[in-house]
Amino acid sequence: MEKTIICTVCPQGCRITVAGEGSRIDSVTGFTCPRGKAYAEQEFICPMRILTGSVRTCGTTEPLLPVRSADRIPRDRIPECMKVLRTVTVKPPVKIHDTVIKNILGTGVDIVACSELE
Amino acid sequence: MEKTIKTDVLIIGAGAVGCAIARELSRYRLRVLVVDKNEDVGGDASKSNSAIIHTGYDAKPGTLESELVVAANPMYDKIAKELDVPFARIGGILPAFNEEQFSQLGALREKAFLNRVYDVDYLTASELLKIEPNLNPKVMGGLYIPRESIIDPFLLVVGYAENACQNGASFLLGTRVTAIHTRDGQVTGASTTGGEIEAKYIVNAAGLYCDEVAAMVGKADYCVNPRKGQFFILDRNTSCKVNHIVLPIPTKITKGKLMCPTIHGNMLVGPTAEDLEDKLDHSTTAEGLDSVARDVANLIPGVRLSDTITQYCGLRPNKVPEGVCVDVYDNLRNYVNISGVRSTGLTASASLGRHVVRKLMEIGLKAERNENYDPVRKGIRLLRDMDAAEKAAAAAKDPRYGRVICRCETVSEAEIIQAIHSPIPARSVDAVKRRLRAGMGRCQGGFCAPRIIGILSRELGVPESAIQKNQPGSYMVVGKSIDGEAK
Amino acid sequence: MNEHNLICDVAVVGAGPAGLAAAAAAKKQGAGRVLVIERDALPGGILLQCIHPGFGLTYFKEELTGPEYAHRFVKAAKEAGVEFLTDATVLEIGDKHLRVLGPSCGLLDIQAGAIVLAMGCRERTRGNIRTPGTRPAGVYTAGAGQRLVNRQNLMIGKKIVILGSGDIGMIMARRLTLQGAKVEAVVELLPYLAGLTRNRVQCLDDFNIPLLLSHTVAEIRGHQRVEAVKIVQVDDKRQPVPGTERVIECDTLLLSVGLIPENELTRAAGIAIDKVTSGPSVNQYMQTSLPSVFACGNVVHVNDLVDNVSRESEQAGRSAALFAAGKLPETKEIACAPGTGIRYVVPQRIALDGTDADLTLYFRVTAPGGASELTAAQSGKVLTSRKVRRVSPGEMEHLNLKNSVLTEGNLTVSIAAEEGK
Repeated sequence: MEKTIICTVCPQGCRITVAGEGSRIDSVTGFTCPRGKAYAEQEFICPMRILTGSVRTCGTTEPLLPVRSADRIPRDRIPECMKVLRTVTVKPPVKIHDTVIKNILGTGVDIVACSELE
Repeated sequence: MEKTIKTDVLIIGAGAVGCAIARELSRYRLRVLVVDKNEDVGGDASKSNSAIIHTGYDAKPGTLESELVVAANPMYDKIAKELDVPFARIGGILPAFNEEQFSQLGALREKAFLNRVYDVDYLTASELLKIEPNLNPKVMGGLYIPRESIIDPFLLVVGYAENACQNGASFLLGTRVTAIHTRDGQVTGASTTGGEIEAKYIVNAAGLYCDEVAAMVGKADYCVNPRKGQFFILDRNTSCKVNHIVLPIPTKITKGKLMCPTIHGNMLVGPTAEDLEDKLDHSTTAEGLDSVARDVANLIPGVRLSDTITQYCGLRPNKVPEGVCVDVYDNLRNYVNISGVRSTGLTASASLGRHVVRKLMEIGLKAERNENYDPVRKGIRLLRDMDAAEKAAAAAKDPRYGRVICRCETVSEAEIIQAIHSPIPARSVDAVKRRLRAGMGRCQGGFCAPRIIGILSRELGVPESAIQKNQPGSYMVVGKSIDGEAK
Repeated sequence: MNEHNLICDVAVVGAGPAGLAAAAAAKKQGAGRVLVIERDALPGGILLQCIHPGFGLTYFKEELTGPEYAHRFVKAAKEAGVEFLTDATVLEIGDKHLRVLGPSCGLLDIQAGAIVLAMGCRERTRGNIRTPGTRPAGVYTAGAGQRLVNRQNLMIGKKIVILGSGDIGMIMARRLTLQGAKVEAVVELLPYLAGLTRNRVQCLDDFNIPLLLSHTVAEIRGHQRVEAVKIVQVDDKRQPVPGTERVIECDTLLLSVGLIPENELTRAAGIAIDKVTSGPSVNQYMQTSLPSVFACGNVVHVNDLVDNVSRESEQAGRSAALFAAGKLPETKEIACAPGTGIRYVVPQRIALDGTDADLTLYFRVTAPGGASELTAAQSGKVLTSRKVRRVSPGEMEHLNLKNSVLTEGNLTVSIAAEEGK
């Protein structure tokens, strides 16, 4: 299988073609730097994304608390993760980067607070 | 709905005319009920027009319309004061830009005189350019009509309605009349989507829909077609402004497009005149807006339509055959039919209100004066009208006067809350907008609408998903974005 | 003139990224009392609703979400001793004077040694772009939609069409999809993407949202609520191509059609505005035509990266503090103007202060291009230049030079395509 990936590491947006199957990479062409090559390979095997969203609050004037995944998670798991976020409510106090959900859906990645609640 | 409402007079239609009649009737000890299918007063044409109080200079002489408009114009100084409605006599000019137009000036002035509008003067080209510098320099001369005026049309209708309410009239909004009942050649009441009404007298003030109401009693010997008018509103900061109502000289083909200031300092440009069939077609069109742009450039070549903040369209109720009529019938007693009110309806409302009440009395309505009648209606005290000392005092007394919600028009939370709890409560985003101008500014609600949704929801005790822009079905949001249910 | 209720050295209008950076910098520069006035309940500005990542890549060398970026600057400002007045609106400004209204503070007249304007932008509306059709509920600008969804927990609709492929539109395409809506298409008038490629990949491609370039919304339909939009292809003169009309059923039209610096306070104070940027004309100190008033961030010109806003705003804050202390030099200024292929340059004026200070000229090109050379020249003499591989109006460019190389006479920034490339 061959996939053409637009690199998003820097604004140049190199078009990188990756050939392979599953997690086996046969060739990577079109990159102009090592970061781009690494990005393209990861995109081919398993696109990873930072998840960002919100959870509901109670006991505070802002109805929502913005949250993020502490690290990238597989893109394909994001829809399920968003469903989990919908089930969470947090109360103050919350400090920046407090864990809101530990190890979301077994990804090994925590969901942390992006702001604070007093 | 439940039990029958009984009233002495039922007015169908809460536009300028219906509300003016209600106000006049509230001077008497009568039960007055106004019904309208819309969720707020303001009707249709009464809330989408050029906001001009005409002199009647160009009416058809000898008609009822001419009488009503000419009589109404001088009444507005007092009405605007009593009802706390912004109004200004800025005057109108009719510039002529070519020989054909110039040659018509005499006839136009003569027509004004026939309408008993005598204060119409000739101005030379240089006089016109002096008072209106942005006029097309090709101007050859023109007419000056000092009593052509501008008003806040929304507040005029709200003012009529609230004053009527304050003096005992009732309003049933969001309620459509489905049938009118008669017995032995006399009206007895109506069925509505909100229940039954027993009425001794019924007035058809339904404007665009007055033919449909008249048809309910077999009196539709005319029909009403919508004549669309599309307008531009320009930013207050636009560099090319006019000081007067700049009126086009009508040609054989078209009445033409005008440009004038609004009472709040914006510029208004338009309207088109497009005959339609669909009374529900409130859309602007590229062709219509382009025609406004082309035509107004002849009057004011420097007009900057790129400074537009919004466009809208109104539907003039164009009766065929045309002509304002206030009819009563021997074979249908206690019913007054108002038809043909079109471009001068807003203006004529003041005199029509009295004319119709007189008509009702001619056909038998008896009523004693309401000694408690108070002609004065105080509007909401607006933050933007306050000087520094008053602002400080208002915010100290009610901190919500200190929270600016609409920053383009400087409208505070206190005013919005007052509008929501006013005698004709504002229950939708547009109802708040019309009373306070919140959302009419250059950001067109981008900043304030999210907040106003929250305030309406809180004050009315309903979820945000129940808040409408105007009519039912115009929901602003579908619900919470996260409501705890896995989707 | 009222007696002043409050006196400070530097007053900052707006606690978004620009105001926060300016305030902290003013304090660090030695200003005694620095007050930030913010009309929202919390400081952070537009960042509070930008819950997506992409901020801080150059300033912090980390990828942060908007709230995280705001948090760092709010913390830094508070630690530096900056005071905040939230839930308060500035009604007017003048020379060393502001009038503020708030529910807690009432009407306040503030005397400030210097003022920094950091009000940001408002959004271009449906009315501005004259889209024909009805006026139903469900037409939202992207920022207003973002505020409803991310701050107020209110979902704007279920089936969305987005007009404009700027970053805000694409970000909202992703956000609305993640929140359960169906985004039918992103429609873009230009033949190229208005925003960053990375956003196209991560916001549109990731979710299979169609991007329709060279298209526009020709009509909005729906009586009470949006029911559909009619889209049409446009030619190279941006005119509709007959026969390409298509109706997309939807209940929401989201508009991402441009930002306009919000300068009502600035205009009312009689401060000179650059017609192209719609922001105040400033010198390299971010000083406006009223010497006691400075400006920074999106209120001066629409930026792409908040990181640049932070740097530019620190300059404004430092300058404001120096001005309040009477230490900002007052020297002759030269004009800095856009030349061939350049839409605008900020700063529009440069004070010749005779120092070796670094100057950065920020500018945008008028059209996309390939390999080009950017130059800054004075009286025909090139003072600095740089070659670039590609340019786009959507990506701000810059040139650096030292104040000391400047002489009298206008400075012009231009772009020229490289020959044979």
